[in-house]
Amino acid sequence: MRAREIPITAWIGLFGIALAIFCALFAPLIAPYGETEVVGGVWQVADSQFFFGLDNLGRDILSRLIYGTRTTLFVALAATVISFSLGILLSFIAAVSGGLIDTVFSRFNDLMMSIPTLIFALVVLAVLPQYLFVLILVMAVLDSTRVYRLGRAVALDVAVMEFVEAAKLRGEGKIWIIFREILPNTLSPLLAEFGLRFAFAILFLSTLSFLGLGIQPPTADWGGMVKDNKDGIIFGIPAALVPGTAIAALCICVNLVVDWLLKRTSSLKGGRGDA
Amino acid sequence: MPDTNLLSVHDLKIEATSYPPGEPPKRITIVDGVSFDLQKGKVLGLIGESGAGKSTIGLSALAYGRGGAEITGGEVKLDGTDILKLGKGGIRKLRGARICYVAQSAAAAFNPAHKLGDQVIEATVRHGLMSRQEARKRALYLFQVLGLPSPETFGDRFPHQASGGQLQRAMTAMALCSHPDLIVFDEPTTALDVTTQIDVLAAIKHAIEETDTAALYITHDLAVVAQISDDIMVLRHGRTVEYGPVQQIIEAPTQDYTRALVNVRQAIRREAPDQSKALLDIENISAEYSNGFKVLHGVSLHLCKGQTLAIVGESGSGKSTLARVITGLLPPSDGRITFEGKPLTPALKNRPRDDLRRIQLIYQMADTAMNPRQTVRDIIGRPLTFYDGLRGAAKTARVKELLEQIEMGNGFIDRYPAELSGGQKQRVAIARALAARPELILCDEPTSALDPLVAEGILKLLMKLQEEQQLSYVFITHDIAIVKAIADSVAVMHRGRLVRFGPKSQTLSPPFDDYTDLLLKSVPEMELGWLEKVLATRRMESAGN
Amino acid sequence: MSNSAEAGGTPARSLRERFPLLALIFERFLLSLLLLFAVSVLIFAGVEALPGDFASTYLGQSATPETIANIRAELGLDRPVITRYFDWLGGVVQGDFGTSWASRNSVSEQVGNRLGNSLFLAGFAAIIAVPLAICLGMLSVHFRDRMPDKIINVISLAAISLPEFFIGYLLILYFAVNFGIATFPATVYQGMGFFERIQTIALPTATLVLVVLAHMMRMTRAAILSVMSSAYMETAELKGLSSWRAIVKHAAPNALAPIINVVALNLAYLVVGVVVVEVVFVYPGMGQYMVDAVTVRDMPVVQACGLIFAAVYILLNMLADILAIVANPRLRHPR
Repeated sequence: MRAREIPITAWIGLFGIALAIFCALFAPLIAPYGETEVVGGVWQVADSQFFFGLDNLGRDILSRLIYGTRTTLFVALAATVISFSLGILLSFIAAVSGGLIDTVFSRFNDLMMSIPTLIFALVVLAVLPQYLFVLILVMAVLDSTRVYRLGRAVALDVAVMEFVEAAKLRGEGKIWIIFREILPNTLSPLLAEFGLRFAFAILFLSTLSFLGLGIQPPTADWGGMVKDNKDGIIFGIPAALVPGTAIAALCICVNLVVDWLLKRTSSLKGGRGDA
Repeated sequence: MPDTNLLSVHDLKIEATSYPPGEPPKRITIVDGVSFDLQKGKVLGLIGESGAGKSTIGLSALAYGRGGAEITGGEVKLDGTDILKLGKGGIRKLRGARICYVAQSAAAAFNPAHKLGDQVIEATVRHGLMSRQEARKRALYLFQVLGLPSPETFGDRFPHQASGGQLQRAMTAMALCSHPDLIVFDEPTTALDVTTQIDVLAAIKHAIEETDTAALYITHDLAVVAQISDDIMVLRHGRTVEYGPVQQIIEAPTQDYTRALVNVRQAIRREAPDQSKALLDIENISAEYSNGFKVLHGVSLHLCKGQTLAIVGESGSGKSTLARVITGLLPPSDGRITFEGKPLTPALKNRPRDDLRRIQLIYQMADTAMNPRQTVRDIIGRPLTFYDGLRGAAKTARVKELLEQIEMGNGFIDRYPAELSGGQKQRVAIARALAARPELILCDEPTSALDPLVAEGILKLLMKLQEEQQLSYVFITHDIAIVKAIADSVAVMHRGRLVRFGPKSQTLSPPFDDYTDLLLKSVPEMELGWLEKVLATRRMESAGN
Repeated sequence: MSNSAEAGGTPARSLRERFPLLALIFERFLLSLLLLFAVSVLIFAGVEALPGDFASTYLGQSATPETIANIRAELGLDRPVITRYFDWLGGVVQGDFGTSWASRNSVSEQVGNRLGNSLFLAGFAAIIAVPLAICLGMLSVHFRDRMPDKIINVISLAAISLPEFFIGYLLILYFAVNFGIATFPATVYQGMGFFERIQTIALPTATLVLVVLAHMMRMTRAAILSVMSSAYMETAELKGLSSWRAIVKHAAPNALAPIINVVALNLAYLVVGVVVVEVVFVYPGMGQYMVDAVTVRDMPVVQACGLIFAAVYILLNMLADILAIVANPRLRHPR
């Protein structure tokens, strides 16, 4: 693959993601003020000193935005990685084993998916204590149901291929079949799905925080910042829209990259000459 | 000379853009410089392997490019007018009215949401050629000519309520409905079983003669096209190999490629005598799918060491299922299999590794039988590591040795399957089987997806390896010619039952049972007038009854 | 799947052969009932089995061992789990969801009003979003890989990346605050006139439509595209039919089932969207009720709302599946 073949939209996406990662890594170095530091009046408007103005407690929105990148990216990424590992592992085991294991896993997954994710999360978060790892785990487990469904479909597509049967005939174990025969052939759609799930995790985390059930204050997090500043909207103060824009921008960037990955996958298929 | 031809194609060039993975898109030429003429009421056969461009040429007669194919040069004249210059509206008036198309898979080409009768007359009525009543009458007539069951009500059926052979005939009726000048038949019998194919073929031939329509008949089977065409054009890689009257092509081909297509295989191997001690002994095997559907009923067979057992049958006969039972992929519900005098564990997962090693399988599609993400070294090397623990230099040396055995050089060792040709892939698959030092190799139609020249090479290689290594083969095929060429013993299967089994010389000579008779007679032979002969004998037999 | 077929035995099998459509619909219905029951167990067990002592949460600061014990008895938390589950389920079946811990009011009464409000909002959004999505999807397919398609693609890609609350506040800032042509908050009350009500929910509806539209449109495009690239569409073209007739007569009947599936898949976005939009617009519906209950850990309300949301979702999915079954010509005309 050469850099020239990556479309401009994907470049924009990659740049946006890189910027977010940079902010997350070096937040204390680049943020002009502290995360919880009160530096001025409530909802003070933007000027040359405070780029995006101040929030409902007089904290610098830009600084909180940069610190928030950290929390948001970390939680979303952790949830996606866990959800992915869990979903892929279970789905591949189901696809390779078939029979009872497959039926039990898949029926349970159907059951989990028959409740909308947010509703399920609300019920569970109402009961569980508010720790960060609990939040990550809840997000991961709920999201893994979606990964499971895709993983199983993709793995089944590959598992019925004759080279997998050939490996079974040779007497290979499940581990070999999953990791050496199936996984390398499913990387491309799975990578795209990882991107999609990551974008979804960012949105989901922000939604939870916005509803007051995600990251707890005073830690800065994009969804929570919208919640903090939402009352300003009625007075025409757009402070809540700044973190909202950040969420949207990051998700668009991820989706642009995913779109490109998906197109590459489908043109792979087209190249085989189905016509 | 004034143009008296109905269809006249001159210097046709068709290109498409392909998107190879990880590379910039590139232009490929599908058809290059093809010319032919077709007179009213005549049939031209276009023949070639997949990728020869024959379907693309057929569709160009409708000024249509499938999947991004574009006609970039030459002319296609219908009654002297170049239809490529007609523009959208003009071409639409021709399609479905003067030029019609019969697709390979009628099952997919009919709309599942509408009745067959409505679809058959749709184009004729929409083009204003007939009223609904007239068109219905015409359809009824065509259903009768094509020998469809209860023609009066056949049109009320939905596509999923008719069989494959019936759909193919209905599609022919759809093409004939508007009294077209030209019909393009795109492999209309390829998806059908041999015994169904002959009926559809006869029906198409009868209908073409009855209605005096000209046709382009596209197929990869020279014996089929010889029965129906007046002229034949042989195509390869988008170019004309040979073009002439059917008699000349069949009886006096001038090109090597055509000769290879025409020549029925010479017997490569002499039949070996049946020995008392069998390597593989299958006793009274029955098998069923997990939904309780019974696929094998009490099959008993045996195979001697160093010999070849050919299993023939149509799709659904259970011949591939038998191979799955032997490998243990589908444990039998009844009966037992003995291998070298010892009973074979029914289920794959309980089988000792050494038993797995001794029985290997070669698939029909080498494409899907090899992991596209592994190199030839990995593919051939894995059984070496898995069974014999070979690693490093010893493994590489053995892989190279195996590549020599399959007549491929060391240069292929680090290639991926996508970088090999169809024949090379099948050779690598053979090497993978050999790497396990097997005693028995199950071959599931290993040559049926290949070009005849390439297939010949693979068969010769298999025979050579058998000679050298005393290998035994179970060879599953639907091709009687191959059976005649390589088998020692033959088993004929039909609907999960063994119909006939014995040494080749006995099995393939009369007196026959009914099914074997039908099967052998249905296989098209490379002989002019074969179809008429078979149909005549059939009529005589039914008159005699 | 295969289990249920086997359990049916011979009489069921012959019935199935004679009326495959009815049998499938009946099967789908039974499946939904089963699912609903399983979901009720999951929601109840989820709340019960997870750590956290409700009695102390309930009492807050004033908790002493005695008061906790009293409260546990009063709430019935000291009885065995199975008994409590069936008591709860028995009540639910009769429309009694118990008493809110926070307000000591009947949950059912609150739910009754709010469910109607939520359904009104979601239904109104769906009525606008579904036809719009299908039209845009068709437009996109018609101009496939040309400018309009690309523009629709980029815009919808952006739209699926926007959080619901962001769209909501953006609309509020512009239409309610800056231009003053819409109302905020979207308070509805009983006895409100229909048009007045619609005017009030204009912004929340717009937000929901935007959220659902993009997802639905992208999937509709894919569904129509797969129908358009099928072999029978090529047949239609090779029969010389006009593209209009090919689409109306040949593509549309076959695209129906996949489009219904797309709509069903997007119901999830609608349900989630409703919750967030209600919070943003302070709309008195189920979503807001549930979020409030979750914040104060008012378990009977959380359970009730969770179950109702899940039930609505399952029922709508069932309805969509049945419609898709009916739209399938193979099942409508058995062999």
